[in-house]
Amino acid sequence: MNFFKRYKLDSVLLPLIGVGAFLILWLAIAGRVETRKTLDEFGDPVTKTVKTGLSPDLPSPAETWKASKPYLAEPFAKRGELDQGILAFTILSLSLVMQGYLIALAIGTPLGFFLGLSKTFTKAMDPIIQVLRPVSPLAWFPLGLVLFSSVKFIDGGGKTVFGASDAAALFTIAVCSMWPAVMNTAVGVRAVPTDYLNVAKVLKLSRGKTLFKVLLPATLPYMFTGFRLSLGIAWLVIVAVEMLTGRPGVGGFLWQEYNAGSYSRIILCILTIGIVGLVLDRLMSVVESRFKTA
Amino acid sequence: MIDIKAMPPPRVRRNYLELRQLNKTYHSPKGSAVIVNDFNLDIAEGEFVTLIGHSGCGKSTVLSMVAGLTSASAGGMVLAGREIAGPGPDRGVVFQSPSLLPWMTARENVMLGVSQVFYTASAAERLQLAEYYLTVVGLADSMNKRPAELSQGMRQRVGIARAFALSPKMLLLDEPFGMLDSLTRFELQAVLLELWKRQRITALMVTHDVDEALYLSDRIVCMTDGPEAEVGDIVPVPFERPRDRVAVMEHPEYYKLRERLIEFLEVHAHKKRRVSFPAGKATNTEAAA
Repeated sequence: MNFFKRYKLDSVLLPLIGVGAFLILWLAIAGRVETRKTLDEFGDPVTKTVKTGLSPDLPSPAETWKASKPYLAEPFAKRGELDQGILAFTILSLSLVMQGYLIALAIGTPLGFFLGLSKTFTKAMDPIIQVLRPVSPLAWFPLGLVLFSSVKFIDGGGKTVFGASDAAALFTIAVCSMWPAVMNTAVGVRAVPTDYLNVAKVLKLSRGKTLFKVLLPATLPYMFTGFRLSLGIAWLVIVAVEMLTGRPGVGGFLWQEYNAGSYSRIILCILTIGIVGLVLDRLMSVVESRFKTA
Repeated sequence: MIDIKAMPPPRVRRNYLELRQLNKTYHSPKGSAVIVNDFNLDIAEGEFVTLIGHSGCGKSTVLSMVAGLTSASAGGMVLAGREIAGPGPDRGVVFQSPSLLPWMTARENVMLGVSQVFYTASAAERLQLAEYYLTVVGLADSMNKRPAELSQGMRQRVGIARAFALSPKMLLLDEPFGMLDSLTRFELQAVLLELWKRQRITALMVTHDVDEALYLSDRIVCMTDGPEAEVGDIVPVPFERPRDRVAVMEHPEYYKLRERLIEFLEVHAHKKRRVSFPAGKATNTEAAA
């Protein structure tokens, strides 16, 4: 281990070993194509290709790479609604996530503040929140469709630009991803040291000043932890929402490729979702650490 | 036994702060706990008074009531002819922990209060005021630092500057040096005394450090142990001002006073129930008269 540490290899080598082991495991369970020469019932020789292995339909890493290449090589290509480059899909998904996420923050942050400030409000709202929090996005989506069934914005050409399914999609993302922002903001407000509040009281700061000069800055670190977790959930929800609506995006593409039987691209989608999720989380961590006080 | 020299000049108001039959009772389903009962004290304008007593005896509760952060259950508090109702910047509070807002620089922390009190002054004047006080407490080079970059002692200097910069009617100090090591404590006591000498702001301080009380105050009010804490004894401190630490400690009265205070504290440390102190009330009226 000293050798590793001396050359700082452990931070490069060990992850590589991990990835390598993962690929080997993948290769081991993936299906292999075998060509068999057999005789049919008439006694004629035929060649048959069969897939064998622990999970015969799972494409191997090499097959996945081959099938994914066109989507990676031209990341912004648009060959059709549901046949675009992987980054084009990512951008479509991200824009939907951002809209839903911003709605979640716009509702969740003030809600969290009220919960943190008022015990009465907390007591009144707690049962509802605890019941709604664990509900899956798959369950919210139909309710969204029902709630927004009359939403329909049509552009000049008679094409629906924003319909019930769009509203339901945003609703689902917002309602699922809101909770970490709500809970962390509430905890943050409750955790504001009494000392700070006493300073505000002694100086007789107005309500607005107390909120913006004391409460908000003191709560920000907690809020951003919540915001980061919320963004992670919003990104999780997008796949479910796109699958249900069939909208173009990473999740919609994934579901379409499953239905089309091109399983290699499912793996491409999964990896994309994972990497984008990681990048979002890291970006939010950077923002979060900037707001850390004391 | 009162030294006339220790008393403030006669033109000042003798009962600048009046505390009358102050009572603090906490009610809970199990019953009510009387923390402070029948607490009476007058403080003259420009006088520095220290409350001493054991931890948890209720001395901080009294200070908190004067600050308006805790409401009194009964009794009256009048400061400069006006009843105290709730907290306000006319009383500058120095908390035990410096209680600076960590996202603001030292200057901004002081400015927060200055802008609140001197809202009619121009921004430049307010800034000048804040910087003046920060300079006086010895932080001329650290005004742009955030509390995290300051040592504990420097933070409390900011806390002191913040309280004085309000030009309050009264200064309330809640064990302001309790969290500091003794060398830093000495330094800050000197800083406090220096600022106080310039402005003579009426001050009420809570401490359990007998030497600190003797060095800083005009009168020391000993509180009996809670529950139902009240004024047990009032000790006038006759040392001349401006004070020098060495001179104070070499004063012939110093050890007598120190012994009297420590004896008081020891009597109350070993008896759970309050012993009746016949001298207590008498001294109180004597000193107020």
